[in-house]
Amino acid sequence: MEQVIQLEKVNKWFDDFHVLKDIDLTVTKGQKIVVCGPSGSGKSTMIRCINRLEAHQKGHIIVHGTELTNDLKNIDLIRKNVGMVFQQFNLFPHLSVLDNISLAPIWVKKMPKKEAEEIAMSYLEKVKIPEQAKKFPGQLSGGQQQRVAIARSLAMNPDIMLFDEPTSALDPEMIKEVLDVMIQLAEEGMTMLVVTHEMGFAKTVADQMIFMDDGRIVEQAKPDDFFNNPQSDRTKLFLSQILNH
Amino acid sequence: MSIVTQNFSRNKYFNWAVKNLFSSWVNTIMTIIAVIFVYEIGSFFLNWSIFSADFKTNFEGEIITDRTLCSKNIVPGEYGACWAIIYARWDQFMYGLYPVEETWRVNLTYALLPFAIIGILFDKLPFRKLFIYFTFIFPFIAYFLLYGGPGLSTVGTNKWGGLLVTLFLGVTGIGLAFPLSILLALGRRSKMPIIKSLCVVFIEFIRGVPLITLLFTANVMLPLFLPDGVNPDNLLRALVAVTLFQSAYMAEAIRGGLQAIPKGHIEAAEALGLTYWQTTRKIILPQALKIAIPPIVNTCIGLFKDTSLVLIIGLFDLLGIGRAALADMTWTKLYYEVYVFISLVFFIFCFGMSRYSLYLEKKLKTDNS
Repeated sequence: MEQVIQLEKVNKWFDDFHVLKDIDLTVTKGQKIVVCGPSGSGKSTMIRCINRLEAHQKGHIIVHGTELTNDLKNIDLIRKNVGMVFQQFNLFPHLSVLDNISLAPIWVKKMPKKEAEEIAMSYLEKVKIPEQAKKFPGQLSGGQQQRVAIARSLAMNPDIMLFDEPTSALDPEMIKEVLDVMIQLAEEGMTMLVVTHEMGFAKTVADQMIFMDDGRIVEQAKPDDFFNNPQSDRTKLFLSQILNH
Repeated sequence: MSIVTQNFSRNKYFNWAVKNLFSSWVNTIMTIIAVIFVYEIGSFFLNWSIFSADFKTNFEGEIITDRTLCSKNIVPGEYGACWAIIYARWDQFMYGLYPVEETWRVNLTYALLPFAIIGILFDKLPFRKLFIYFTFIFPFIAYFLLYGGPGLSTVGTNKWGGLLVTLFLGVTGIGLAFPLSILLALGRRSKMPIIKSLCVVFIEFIRGVPLITLLFTANVMLPLFLPDGVNPDNLLRALVAVTLFQSAYMAEAIRGGLQAIPKGHIEAAEALGLTYWQTTRKIILPQALKIAIPPIVNTCIGLFKDTSLVLIIGLFDLLGIGRAALADMTWTKLYYEVYVFISLVFFIFCFGMSRYSLYLEKKLKTDNS
């Protein structure tokens, strides 16, 4: 299998605080990895390092054979191929939904406006809200905003998608509509790295589970083994809390 | 009884007055005192400025050509204003010593100015793009008209004065300071330490020094920094000082707007692959400037009034021309008329800016809800 992301002994500090400790991770093409763990365990920081929203201080991160360094060219190259969806949606409030999505194709890929808008519409249809194209983000529900955010990422045609707790800021009744879009994406073969506590989603979609605690990957296993036969006590405790809740 | 109250209750003005002006004894007394106060001041001022005032002619219908013909200088006890000084000096107030036969050029510039500004002020204006284009070519038109060029005789800035100098410094200072202040505000938030400290030092230095000092400095020191033979005229020196001063204040207003933009927007733009400048232009500035416009307008009002300080380096702005008029033996001692007139002109411009700022604040509130 083709390796698309490799993390080798990645370490990161926020001042004195050691957030990531010797992280090793390999992602192959088409793989869906769900990352879970208590808050502060470094899971968000880890995926934010993959498109350089955070810089790591030690170790190597290689995406599509390009190593992430301070070289801005490499960072731009990697960002073009790696999409990211945030917990807080982070739509641009002064732009319409359509403009939110077509912005990057127009400015980063230098696509003609008309073509970019056609692409934007096709992705809006994919996330099932084409009728909202002319509205502004403030006029949409949280679930709709997050689907626009997914469409915005997809419009750059990335081959890897990072999701940073995409449903944590949503009301319960809106979580499903976002997860459905993500499941559809997974079925189409997108390589996905998802930080989430939605264990139902993990069981449906993931082919690899990662549990992080205190800046380390504590356990990495297939979902079946992970849920039914966790190895470490820390994972067992976490799962018992999150599943009985 | 009930009929009476019902009758009154239909009158909402009456109800409003009862509730807000006469709700208690204290309130009633305060209202009466305030009304008497306003009446006394207002009637005195109206009498002075209009009803007992001389405009072009005095009480006998003679044309006033010097101050001795003002009614108040002839009739004992008469106190009305003598506006003849404003009429007599009108051209100077508007154009300074600009040659009389060329003043149409200034008038034309004044007439075009609103069209250059309107596109910036109102974002839903029809044909806004055309107006914005005009905004960018206006400085060249204005330069050609005011200073001269092919087909028009040159009028040196030493001949400019009055409202022309006030507006020139105000409008050009604000116009030049705006792009500079954006760069300063961005620079102050830069991750590059040298750029950041340069911007911080510049902003804090300028903000820590009175405008008068800057004007003196520009007047005396600017020629030292320039090659021999290059001798910028006084107006240009003042413009440099005014622009630097305004840019520091505006930069701080814009920085406030920048700080209000959530970090997530910037991260989202970065994650999409937008460069720093693309993110700044497309995501950050449109949002930050919108938030910062009311404080920006406030600094503009401040600057517009501060332009009157240029009279201390020998420029004749509106205030300078007024003082020159008072120094003229024909018109001397008509202080009130001159200063009231100058105040009125400043007030019209500043009040306009202030109302615009309020309008924007209201608009921003509705836009965001």
